Amino acid sequence: MRPVYMISGGITKFAKAHINKDFRLMVKEAYDYALRDVPRFSKDMIDGAVGSYFSDHFTRQLKAASMVQDYLGLCPKPSKRVEGGGATGGLCFQSAWEAIASGRMNCCLAFGFETMSRVNTWKGNEFIALASDTNFDFPVGGFYSGYYAMMVQRHMYEFGTTVEQLAMVSVKNHVNALCNPYAQKAKRLSVKQVRESPMVATPLTMEDICTMSDGAATCILASEELAAKVCDRPVRIAGVGSGSDTMRMADRPHDKVMLLPHEQESDYLHLRYPGVHSFRGGRMAGKLAYEMAGIRNPLEELSFVELHDAYTSSEIQTYEDLGLCKYGEGGRFVESGAPFMADVNYGLDIPKAGRLPVNPSGGLLACGHPVGATGLMQAVFAFWQLQGTTSKHLGDDTLQVQQAKRGLIHSHAGTGTYITVSILEAT
Amino acid sequence: MKRGIHMHAQGSVLLGVDPLVLLDHYEIDYHHSYAQDSPFFVGLSKKKLLGSCCTECGYIYATPRSHCMECGAATDWCELPLTGRVHTFTTCYFGGEVFLDETPFTLILVEFDGVDSLFLARLKGMEPSTVHIGLPVVARFAKTPSFKVTDVWFEHTHR
Repeated sequence: MRPVYMISGGITKFAKAHINKDFRLMVKEAYDYALRDVPRFSKDMIDGAVGSYFSDHFTRQLKAASMVQDYLGLCPKPSKRVEGGGATGGLCFQSAWEAIASGRMNCCLAFGFETMSRVNTWKGNEFIALASDTNFDFPVGGFYSGYYAMMVQRHMYEFGTTVEQLAMVSVKNHVNALCNPYAQKAKRLSVKQVRESPMVATPLTMEDICTMSDGAATCILASEELAAKVCDRPVRIAGVGSGSDTMRMADRPHDKVMLLPHEQESDYLHLRYPGVHSFRGGRMAGKLAYEMAGIRNPLEELSFVELHDAYTSSEIQTYEDLGLCKYGEGGRFVESGAPFMADVNYGLDIPKAGRLPVNPSGGLLACGHPVGATGLMQAVFAFWQLQGTTSKHLGDDTLQVQQAKRGLIHSHAGTGTYITVSILEAT
Repeated sequence: MKRGIHMHAQGSVLLGVDPLVLLDHYEIDYHHSYAQDSPFFVGLSKKKLLGSCCTECGYIYATPRSHCMECGAATDWCELPLTGRVHTFTTCYFGGEVFLDETPFTLILVEFDGVDSLFLARLKGMEPSTVHIGLPVVARFAKTPSFKVTDVWFEHTHR
């Protein structure tokens, strides 16, 4: 496989509704931003594109990625659409990586979008719930927040995780987003406010759950030779991994933990895994990406993480899947301050902030979650962090992780049915 | 907008003029086949909960599947016990549009003795605050089947 680099990226602000822009125009904005950021690069260097959007129901336009390809003026170059639920963006990023790693292309554009504002929130929830088994799960009361609520109830039972620990994730990500102009829902919150916001599915409140959004993001990936020619500070994609799990949570086995290099079997003698408290697919994705990137202890070897926090609970579950802490320690990991930014005031009593910032962008909770764009938005933020250009792109350097060397992005679908992990490195 | 009115409307319903926003109705009937899962839904109408038992490795599935995910062999239908325990739960105060009228409702994953996987259902007749993991539950069946998985639900049992 050939080394692959990210040379540019762009984001169209995530918003509740972009009523004046359709998906083509949203992608065009993010694409033009990415082109402007690499002046020595030109459109004719692009060999092909991969498009990502989650739901034909939301878009009401099949083959929408073809319309974007057309609008961007990339016809007749190779084009395809990738779809994998919430992980659509992460899968798209890895599909573009594959095109270059394999030698098939020297430059591949990854673009993603979602237009979720064209139906009401509860119809939108119904569309999303159709990504659960329509024979056995959806008819019972198809609602993803309900599924995640059941998972975290079990996590709380197994490990003693508390609703206050969940709320700390919400506070962290919403406050981080105050310095991110691309975010939809930045705000200062207290643990009490999170708990007192309307209950959605016990124990998850409105502030534990991400919103629906309109938005787009693009990434330009290139071979080593092309990256060196057109980009001053390309970022290397050092590892990719992905995983899966059974469509129905009810079918998840209760077996042994798939260990990472820094873990031992004796850490988990009595844990039945993954059950419904953990994401086996996330562990698999992390393990494969770490192996490719040569990472043995992620907490020590990563500078930051942008992970798929559709729920505060799934952020805590994902700390464990990615081996940032052991299974069962996710709640205490938040309390320790490790995933907070070192120099941001959260209004919380945090022992020691900043060991490994998680979701400095604000994550899905605060940025919003225009599904097909989300995984690519994470890649763009990781790219800016590793270039050290956060200040240039956000107009403020508060969210810049100092001396960022290596970042992880994590994209997640369904109740953990597709998960991708990609590792990016500064050059 | 009431469906009946819209379906017979002539012309277009505008929701906005700048930009121009049009109401676009979308409805379709599917011929949804349960195919190899059909016996499970027929079983519910006979007040039976049918799981799958692997003929090779003996894995028992509470939610049926005609082939085993562990070893790939065909499974046989087997009757599940009608009593189990709450493995996990939540009460939903919101939901997808089709379920909004039914809120709040409680979802549970049920575990059965001697069965390897779980079953998703609603728990009825309980105050949400009294539901807990380990609660003993019993299956109840609809008198008139709708041939949906909701023909079975669970209630608290003291047994």
